[in-house]
Amino acid sequence: MNSPSDLCARVVVVGAGMAAHRFCSTLSALAPGRFRVTMIGEETSAPYNRVGLSSLLAGEAALHDLHLGDPGQGVESVLGTRVTAIDRIARRVTCADGRSIAWDLLVLACGSQPVMPPISGCEAGGVHAFRTLDDVHALLPAASPGTPAVVIGGGLLGLEAAHGLALRGATVTVVHLASHLMERQLDAGCGARLAEQFSARGIRFRLGASTQAIHADASGRACEVLLVDGERIPADLVVIATGVRPNIGLAQAAGLDCGRGVIVDDWLRTSDEHIFAIGECSEHRGRCYGLVAPAFEQAESCARTLAGQPGDYSGSSESTHLKVSGVALYSAGCIQATAEDEEIRLEDSGDGFYRRLLVRDDRLVGAVLYGDASDASWYAGLIQRSDPVGELRAHLAFGQSFVAAPTVAVDDRRRQAGTPRIEETEVL
Amino acid sequence: MHGDDAHPANRGRLCSKGAALAETLGHATRLLVPEIDGQPVDWETALAYVANGFMRAIAEHGPESVAFYVSGQLLTEDYYAANKLMKGYIGAANIDTNSRLCMSSSVAGHVRAFGADVVPGCYEDLELADLVVMTGSNAAWCHPVLWQRIIAARRARPDMRIVVIDPRATATTEDADLHLALHPGSDVLLFNGLFVHLMRSGRLDSTFLAAHVEGRDDALAAALADAPDPSAVALGTGLSRNDVEAFYALFAHTERTVTCYSQGVNQSSAGTDKVNAIINCHLATGRIGRPGMGPFSLTGQPNAMGGREVGGLATQLAAHLRLDEPAHRALAQAFWASPRMVDRPGLKAVELFDAMADGHIKAIWIMGTNPVVSLPAADRVRAALARCPLVVVSDCVRVNDTLAHAHVRLPALAWLEKDGTVTNSERRISRQRPLLTAPGLARADWWIIAQVGHRMGWVQDFDWRGPADVFREHARLSAFRNEGSLARAFNLGGLADLTDDAYQGLAPVQWPVPPGSQQGTARLFGHGGFPRSGGRARIVAVSHRQPHQTTTAEWPFILNTGRVRDHWHTLTRTALSPRLSRHRAEPALDLHPEDIAGLGLREGGIAQVESRWGVTMARVVADPGQRRGCAFMPMHWTETLSSRGRVNAAVNPHSDPISGQPEFKYTPVRITPAPFIWQGILLCAPTVTGRPDCAFHVRVNGGSHTRYIMAGTDWPRSLTERVDGRVLGMTLPSGLREAHYTDPARGHARRLFMDADEHPVALLALWPDGAIIDTDWWSSTFDPAHPINAAMRRALLAGVPPDGATTAGALICACHGVCAGAVTRAIEAGCASVEALGRSTGAGTGCGSCRPELRRLLDSSQHRALLQGTMGSTTATAAVDCLAVPG
Repeated sequence: MNSPSDLCARVVVVGAGMAAHRFCSTLSALAPGRFRVTMIGEETSAPYNRVGLSSLLAGEAALHDLHLGDPGQGVESVLGTRVTAIDRIARRVTCADGRSIAWDLLVLACGSQPVMPPISGCEAGGVHAFRTLDDVHALLPAASPGTPAVVIGGGLLGLEAAHGLALRGATVTVVHLASHLMERQLDAGCGARLAEQFSARGIRFRLGASTQAIHADASGRACEVLLVDGERIPADLVVIATGVRPNIGLAQAAGLDCGRGVIVDDWLRTSDEHIFAIGECSEHRGRCYGLVAPAFEQAESCARTLAGQPGDYSGSSESTHLKVSGVALYSAGCIQATAEDEEIRLEDSGDGFYRRLLVRDDRLVGAVLYGDASDASWYAGLIQRSDPVGELRAHLAFGQSFVAAPTVAVDDRRRQAGTPRIEETEVL
Repeated sequence: MHGDDAHPANRGRLCSKGAALAETLGHATRLLVPEIDGQPVDWETALAYVANGFMRAIAEHGPESVAFYVSGQLLTEDYYAANKLMKGYIGAANIDTNSRLCMSSSVAGHVRAFGADVVPGCYEDLELADLVVMTGSNAAWCHPVLWQRIIAARRARPDMRIVVIDPRATATTEDADLHLALHPGSDVLLFNGLFVHLMRSGRLDSTFLAAHVEGRDDALAAALADAPDPSAVALGTGLSRNDVEAFYALFAHTERTVTCYSQGVNQSSAGTDKVNAIINCHLATGRIGRPGMGPFSLTGQPNAMGGREVGGLATQLAAHLRLDEPAHRALAQAFWASPRMVDRPGLKAVELFDAMADGHIKAIWIMGTNPVVSLPAADRVRAALARCPLVVVSDCVRVNDTLAHAHVRLPALAWLEKDGTVTNSERRISRQRPLLTAPGLARADWWIIAQVGHRMGWVQDFDWRGPADVFREHARLSAFRNEGSLARAFNLGGLADLTDDAYQGLAPVQWPVPPGSQQGTARLFGHGGFPRSGGRARIVAVSHRQPHQTTTAEWPFILNTGRVRDHWHTLTRTALSPRLSRHRAEPALDLHPEDIAGLGLREGGIAQVESRWGVTMARVVADPGQRRGCAFMPMHWTETLSSRGRVNAAVNPHSDPISGQPEFKYTPVRITPAPFIWQGILLCAPTVTGRPDCAFHVRVNGGSHTRYIMAGTDWPRSLTERVDGRVLGMTLPSGLREAHYTDPARGHARRLFMDADEHPVALLALWPDGAIIDTDWWSSTFDPAHPINAAMRRALLAGVPPDGATTAGALICACHGVCAGAVTRAIEAGCASVEALGRSTGAGTGCGSCRPELRRLLDSSQHRALLQGTMGSTTATAAVDCLAVPG
C-alpha cells in the first residue's frame, strides 16, 4: 500500500525567489496535501524579499525584516544548489550537487541576472551588481563616509543603490545613458523632479552620459570611472545597475521555446505542457516583466491552474513603486506617449506633487505619480481592467476620492487575479 | 441697512438693491477730485475750465451748440439748477435726460390726455382695486416692494384679480390670474379692442364723458377700425379669443380697476399711443382719480418724476410750464429775470447724440448717467462723444464707459451723501437726507452747476446757500401766477416758504400742495378738472401700427431688453455688491428652448446678436417663457465690465415720433453661435491687474476676489507656458508658485497661483466650449485672504470640494443671502410653501422679489416627488409647515 504522499503529484520549482515562494504558498493554501512540492534555490539563504535589499543597504531595514517565511505546508526547500539540467522524458532535474529529483510538473522560476555593460574594468575589485543579498553584503563594508561611489544606471535599482550608498555617507554620482532618470517608468517631467529631489540629498547626476571604462589601481581595485566625453569621476565603489536578462539557459537546453524569456501561454505553460514558467524568466504574450507584482500574479495564477482552478492570466500592468526617503513614486503602464495618446497632467510646485496619465481610446494606459502615490492601486486597476474612463475623466487625475461614482465592478475572480497588491509591487 | 418704517411708499421694506447698499459704499471706485484730461485739479480750475469752454462754444456757435444730458439719479434741486441754467440763461433747450429712455412716452401720453404730466392715482389704489392690470411691467423684479404690496392685498382679498400683459412669462406673470402673452408691440390693438368692448357692453360712463372728456367719437372710430371684434384682436395680438374675451369681461365688470404700465409700454415707437390707448379706457369708464381705479405709470428711476416736475426734458420748460406756450415762456422769464429765454424745444436724447455725431454739438455736460451704455445704437453715441470738442462728466465713479471720453471729470455725490428731494410714481415728494459725509472733494450737483453759472456771469441768479434755497425757488415758480389761463396742476405753493428747519423735517407729501396748505393730494381728476382748456381730458384717437423696424428674413428675431432682479442701470453701483452680482453674474440671452435648437445654439454657449446697428454677445439661457422668435437680454452690462455685453450697441435707435422714446423692446436681430472654442474663468486677488486678453469676458465682483467669465477663439499660448508674470494678458505679482492641471485632448487647462505664504492669487480655468462646468464652488471658495493647503489646492484645480460636500448653488434671496442649496435642503426637510421656506431660511422675507423663484423650486421638487411616487395622494404632506427646521 502506498503512503498518501506517493499518491501526490510531484512538483519541482526551479528557483527560490519571490515568485517561487508565492507560488508554493499559494498552491499549498489552495490544495493542501494534494502536491508534493520541492523548491530548489541557488542562493543559500531562505527566500527573502528582494525588494527590501535597498532598505537593507540604506540601513532602513534589518536582515530578518526581509525573510518571507514558510513557503507552505508540504514544501521541501533545497537551497544552495543549482539545477543544471532538465530531462523532459524522464521528468527529472539534475542539480549541481549531483542530486536528481523527479517531477510530474515542473515550474521554472529562475529569475534573471544583471546585464554587465560592454566596458572594460567590470571585473575590478569594488565593482558590484545590486541584485542579491550577497551583493549587499559586499557593498556595505565598502560604503563608508566620504567614499567616492559611482552608480552606472539611473533606473529604479540604480537609484535605490545610490540612495542607500548616500545614506551610508558615500559621495555618489549616478551615470545614466538616457536624458532623464528611469526613462522606462517615468516621463521626462517626472524624471526631472526625481533628479531635483535626489540632488537635494547630495547625489550628483550625469545624464545622457555613456561610460567608457572603469579604471582600477595597481591593486586591481576600481578607482575611477571614465565617461565617453572624457570626464573622470573618482570611484572606489562602482555599482552596475544597467538592467537584467531572464535566465533561460536551462530551458533552452531542455528544448523549450524561448524568446527573450521562456515562452508561456495564458496558463503559464511552456511549450511542454508539463512545464510552467513564472516570474522574470517567463515571456508572456511577448512581454518579460521585471517587477514583483506581475511575478506574483503569474505565481498565483499558475498555482490556481495546478489546483484545478485554471487561471486566465492575460498579462500584468507594469507598475513601479518607489519610496526613497519620503519620495512616493509610482508608475504603471505605458510611459512614452504615442501620437494617439492623450496626456493628462496635474502638478503642484507647492508640495512637489506630480501626476501624468496617458489615455488611449478612452482607456487609461499609463500613470506616473510623484509625491503622492496613494491612488496607485486605483490607477493600476483601471489600467489592468482597461475600463472606459470617459465618466471618470474630469477627475481622473485627482484620484479616487474625487470620483463620486464607485469604480466599475469586476467579478471577484478577476479582482483576485487582476489587481496587483501595490504595497508589494516593486522591482525584483 | 433698514428702511424707514414710517415712509408711506415702502413702509420700511427695501428691495434687494437697497438692502445691499452698504456693500456699495467703498471709495475704491469713487471719483474724489476734479480732473482735466486725467490730471487732478482743484475746483476753481475745473469750474473755470468748464465755464470758459461752454462760453466759448456759445460765443462761436450759438447756444444750441452746447448741451446737458442729465439723469433720474439727480435730486430735484440738482435737476432744477441744470434746467434753469440751460433754458433761462444759456437760452436753449438742449437739456435732455435719461428719463427720455424710460418715461417720456408716459409724459407725452399724460400731456395729450390730461394737459399735464400727472399720475392721477396713488399706491393705495393698488390695494383697493379689485382688478390690477399690469402691462409691460415685470414689477416682481423691477418694483418688488410695490409688487409685494399688491400680492399681500390679494392674499387679504382673494377675490382681487391680477392680469399681466407681457410677451414674456416673467416672475410677475407667475402671480397672474391671467397672463396675456401678446405679440410684442400689439398693445394698442388690445386696448382699442377693450375700448370697443366697453362701449358695446354699456360700460362707458356717459356722465363723466359728457362733463369732463372730449374726443370720444374719433377715438372710438379709430378703435373700431382697428378692432371691430375680439377675433380681430386675437388675430393681431396672437392671443386666443378666449383670453381676450376673458380679459375684456373682467375689465368691463370690475369698477375698481387700476392699469399699471411701465417700460414695455413706454419703450416703443408707438409708446405714446399705447399710453393713450390705456388712458382712453379709464377716461371712457370714468375710472380715474377715485379709490382703487386709474391708469398708473410705474416710473423707472429714483427721481425721474422730480426731473419731469422741474422740466428737465428738452421738450418741457419748467414746473409744468409748456415750452410751446409763449405765455408760459414769458412767465418763466419773468420769474427768473432771465437774460436769454429759450424759445423752442431742444434735441431729445437720441437726436442730441446724432447731432453731436454730425459735429453740431461743441460742448456737452453729462451728469450722473452713462449714455455710451444706456442709449440705443450706443456705438454711434461713443463715436459722437469721441468727436465732441468738450465733454464734461459729473459722476460719483471714476471709470465707466462714458467717463472714458470725458475731458473734464467732476466728482459728484453718491446717493447716501445727497441732500434734497425726490418724487416717486405717486407724486410723493420725499426728503433725501445725507447719511454719509462726502468723500474727497465730491460736491452736490446743484452746487457744481451754480458755480459754473457764476463763472458764466450769473452770480445772483444761482446764489443758493443750500438745497432748501433751491427747493423754495422751485416751489415758488410752480405757484407763480398759477391761476386762470396759466393754471397748472403742478403747484408746490404750500411749500414755497418752508424754513430751513421745516425743509429739513419735511414729511413725505403728494403734490399738488397748493398755497396755504401743507397737505398733499392723494388723487386727481376724480371729478374732472383737467389742466386743459375747458378742463376736459382728451380721449386720443390711436391706431395700431407695427413697430418702426420689423423683422425680415435677414433679421428674423425680436430682441427685447430690460432689467434683471438684482441689478440696476449700468452697474456702476450694484456691481460693487458681491451679493447682487450672484443672482445674474453676466449678461444672458433668454430664448425659447426650441429656438435655441433651431438656431444651432446650445444652452450655456455664447451667442452673437447682431442688428443693423451693432453687435453684442451673451450666454444662452433656455427660457420657455420667451415667445418663439423673441429674445431677451439685460440692459445693464457695460464695456467697463464686459467685452461684448453692452446690449445697446445693437439696439434700434428708432423712437416714438411724439415722445422721442427709443424702441428698446423691439430690435430685429439675427442670432448665431459665437465662434468660441473655449470658455473659462479667472479668479484674481486685487494684486492681479489688467484686462483678459480674450475675445469675450465679463468682470464680476466676487467679494473676496474679482472673477472674469471668459471665452475665446484661440487657445491661449500662456496656458502651456511657465508663468512669466503674465497670464492671459493679466499681470501677476512676482514670486508666485504654481499648480496646474491640463488635459489638452479634452481642452481643459487650470492654473492656480499661490504666493509664498500659500495664499491663492489667481485661478485660471479653461474648458472647451460645450463642456458643462459648474463654477459656483470655485467662486464661493476662492479667497485670497486665507492660505490653502495642498488638499485644497488639488480641490481648486479639480473644481469640486475635497470632501464631496455640496456647493451652495445659485443665490436665490439677495436680501438674506440664501442660496439654492439651502432652499432645496429646507424643501427636503419638509417646507412645502413659500411662507414655510421664509420661516425656515429667511428667503423671500426681505423685498420678496425671489418669491417666484422659491415657488418654482417648490413646484419642481413636488413635481419630482410626485414622479417618484413618494408623496402619493397625501397632499396634506405638501402642506406641512416646517417651523422646526433650522435655518
